Amino acid sequence: MTDIAAPGHQSTELDRVVIRFAGDSGDGMQLTGDRFTSASAVFGNDLSTLPDYPAEIRAPAGTLAGVSAFQVHISDHDILTPGDSPSVLVAMNPAALKANLHDLLPGGTLIVNSDAFEERNLTKAGYAENPLGDGSLKAFTVYEVPMTSLTVEATKPTGAKPRDAERSKNFFALGVISWMYTRPTEPTLEWIQSKFGNNQTVAEANTLAFKAGYNFGETAELFESNYQVKPAALEPGLYTQISGNVAVAYGLIAAGQLSKLPVFLGSYPITPASDILHELSRHKNFGVRTLQAEDEIAGVSSAIGAAFAGHLAVTTTSGPGIDLKSEAIGLAVSLELPLLIIDIQRGGPSTGLPTKTEQADLLLALFGRHGEAPVPIVAAKTPAHCFEATIEAARIALKYRTPVFLLSDGYLANGAEPWKLPDVATLPDIAVPFADGPNHDRGDGTREFWPYLRDPETLARPWAIPGTPGLEHRIGGLEKADGTGNISYDPANHEHMVRLRQAKVDGIADDIAPVELDDPDGPGGAPVLVVGWGSTYGTIAAAVRRVRARGLKVAQAHLIHLQPFPPNLEDILGRYDKVLVPEMNLGQLAFVLRGRYLTNAQSINKVQGLPFKAAEIESAIVQLLESNP
Amino acid sequence: MTDVSVPVTTKKDWTSDQEVRWCPGCGDYSILTAVQMLMPELGDTRENTVFVSGIGCSSRFPYYMNTYGIHSIHGRAPAVATGVAVARPDLSVWVITGDGDGLSIGGNHLIHALRRNVNLTILLFNNQIYGLTKGQYSPTSEVGKVTKSTPFGSIDHPFNPISLALGAEATFVARTHDMDRKHMQEVFRRAHRHRGAAFVEIYQNCNVFNDGAFDQILSKEARPTNLIPLEHGQPIRFGADHEKGVIVDGQGKARIVDVADVGEDAILVHDEQRAEPGLAFMLSRLATGPYEPTPVGVFRAVDRPTYGEEVQRQLVAAQERQGPGDLAALLRSGATWEV
Repeated sequence: MTDIAAPGHQSTELDRVVIRFAGDSGDGMQLTGDRFTSASAVFGNDLSTLPDYPAEIRAPAGTLAGVSAFQVHISDHDILTPGDSPSVLVAMNPAALKANLHDLLPGGTLIVNSDAFEERNLTKAGYAENPLGDGSLKAFTVYEVPMTSLTVEATKPTGAKPRDAERSKNFFALGVISWMYTRPTEPTLEWIQSKFGNNQTVAEANTLAFKAGYNFGETAELFESNYQVKPAALEPGLYTQISGNVAVAYGLIAAGQLSKLPVFLGSYPITPASDILHELSRHKNFGVRTLQAEDEIAGVSSAIGAAFAGHLAVTTTSGPGIDLKSEAIGLAVSLELPLLIIDIQRGGPSTGLPTKTEQADLLLALFGRHGEAPVPIVAAKTPAHCFEATIEAARIALKYRTPVFLLSDGYLANGAEPWKLPDVATLPDIAVPFADGPNHDRGDGTREFWPYLRDPETLARPWAIPGTPGLEHRIGGLEKADGTGNISYDPANHEHMVRLRQAKVDGIADDIAPVELDDPDGPGGAPVLVVGWGSTYGTIAAAVRRVRARGLKVAQAHLIHLQPFPPNLEDILGRYDKVLVPEMNLGQLAFVLRGRYLTNAQSINKVQGLPFKAAEIESAIVQLLESNP
Repeated sequence: MTDVSVPVTTKKDWTSDQEVRWCPGCGDYSILTAVQMLMPELGDTRENTVFVSGIGCSSRFPYYMNTYGIHSIHGRAPAVATGVAVARPDLSVWVITGDGDGLSIGGNHLIHALRRNVNLTILLFNNQIYGLTKGQYSPTSEVGKVTKSTPFGSIDHPFNPISLALGAEATFVARTHDMDRKHMQEVFRRAHRHRGAAFVEIYQNCNVFNDGAFDQILSKEARPTNLIPLEHGQPIRFGADHEKGVIVDGQGKARIVDVADVGEDAILVHDEQRAEPGLAFMLSRLATGPYEPTPVGVFRAVDRPTYGEEVQRQLVAAQERQGPGDLAALLRSGATWEV
């Protein structure tokens, strides 16, 4: 293979491109997208990805329900989102075309596997006429490539049966696109070897299919041009490509190292959180213990036991799991033990949309327990930020002896971006001491241990772990007397303890970073402030850029800490007459901001299991700018 | 544990300063005393002992032990204790639960702790009633039981806790009762010494809401004729003059016979170490309730690696294979590129 386009082909430079791979869920589109992403990452592009796949393991082949897609945005400059609409769509069958065509930009490039456009598949997708022949695709540049037959032909030397051979057609597609966007081929060829090395027939078939696709692009007279997207001028440093869930797992391992505590994860498999359990289970050499519990309740309960025993305890789940864990989270509030509760949000209510993203668990995390049971909340804003956010959540949990929510979502969990690796020496020390002796004078010259005697500054109680002589104590979910921790039904003591627990959480506000305000004209300069939290960060930032590019003024603030809020939030909100809160829910943060700060926060909401498009937020900002106050 | 450095203690050392608040006459008192008196003999230190309970009358137990303890939430004690035991295999972890806590709301956690063989000593106080909520039927209450929630009699078929534990792959299963401290202590001692999950059902009288539930087998007069002591390696015999015994008949069914009718050699010799739990299961079902001759003692005690040991083994193996964790190397373990 050469690096130079064949004669007759021209090479065009692009600053960015958004490509969507779509096919049947059995076609391997997630893998194809992931490989294209990796090759682009290693090449040095900035990138952002959006996998979108059905909840069914394998919906009926060829149907709309079974379509799986992967969108990737690559660019030569820093980007913030996976792109609103693809300019290139690879459709492996009629259903994939039908489900995704409406997103393709007018004038966009459509590459279809023409072999799949036969009567049976067309019928399953609901096409009365073959769209390849009826002129309905006139708005696009269509390339019909018989990928299945070319793959079968190319893989003949392996001796694989046609049925097995055609499975490699996703690598053929990957080859075509890799040529089209001048991706380096080595990373993919090496990856095929390492992934399929123990089945040489499959490895060889995939290699041949990939090369055939690449060569097809190069030699076929079909394509007028291939494209180059140059490496992005990112901040200098060593980069890797990371998804949100892996970043959480790495963050947990880092938090264990930084706190000098063994990590204990009690977890029950659930989409889209299971990958954290998978990743952590691979790193037992860090002393990480993972328990796949019998249910969600046991996941959090075992973590509470491990926290009592002196571990950095974690439970990972999604919304339905939080529902089940709520009672135990209340126990952790009462026991005042460090505990990380990681919620990878998905579409709800109930089973909802297991594989789709949403951020509708904010009020659940804030208020989803009986009694007054405040729990600090940290929310990650990008896939790579999940690393830092996890360490921050662990820091708060350990220092204040409290359960802490870390909120991520399906979009962050499975989305990927380049991550400039931090220097581990600069990561914060989050170690806290265990109690090592009695802390209270009986008044007769002897001393004893009071498990609920608080640090006057943090209001945290001592963490005395089993194995420490003289500090034996019993704790439980019943109300405790301030100080001694003995069971108390005293009315005044109960109110005192309720207020103490709240004051402890409120006090964390003095120990967190202020919310950053992005307003080129200084605080209050722009007429509209956009406030967001969680995974909408990139899209909001992209929309803000676009609005500013129109010559309009808009400010942005993005919340990492949602309980307590940063102390400067009230002042910032007060400086803007118009506040816009984009959320993938029906306005949960806006509800809290209005209630807490009497802010005239206005919502823009999207609850489709998909992230916002920058254009949607852009137009909401412009509309608000144009509206009368 | 035979650590010579363990200081000599007495019952007083293991008793916390908290006032015991069970109803006067409750069977829980005798169980608490039996445990507090036994602790000095077990060779553990107070600081290395953890009692974990759920919710219910029995679950107040940890407050009365001068050890580490967690009074957790309803049904979850085996799960909380699993976390303690897996995190810290050096600790002696006890679970205190009841028939409602352990078999109803927490049934799932109990069976999974048993099958995993987590190193726990589980004491299930069975009084066949909900006491703390003032008298509703429990999953061990007999059919027809009239309670506040079953004014026309319970129609629920009850669990047999020993059968359940055996079915859940438990490696140690025993039964004792609150009327015999010596027997309790012997069973608790065995359960504590067992490596893995040890399940002990304790027949316990609730003198307020279910008084006399076990009188037909536990009254002084009834015990010789209605308690069948299980002793490893001994023929299973009972009765004032050991005139009764247990055989396995031609159909493979365990049943009670007059020894005189079948001859001493025909009597089943108890083998708690039998790999197959089938015979223990049959013994657990000799009586249909605590009003017929009922076996007490150790039904089953077999060896299987404990969960905590296996977790530890994987950690050590991973360190040997991959070396100790290096965070910087981990972050660089995927494809990287320099900008």
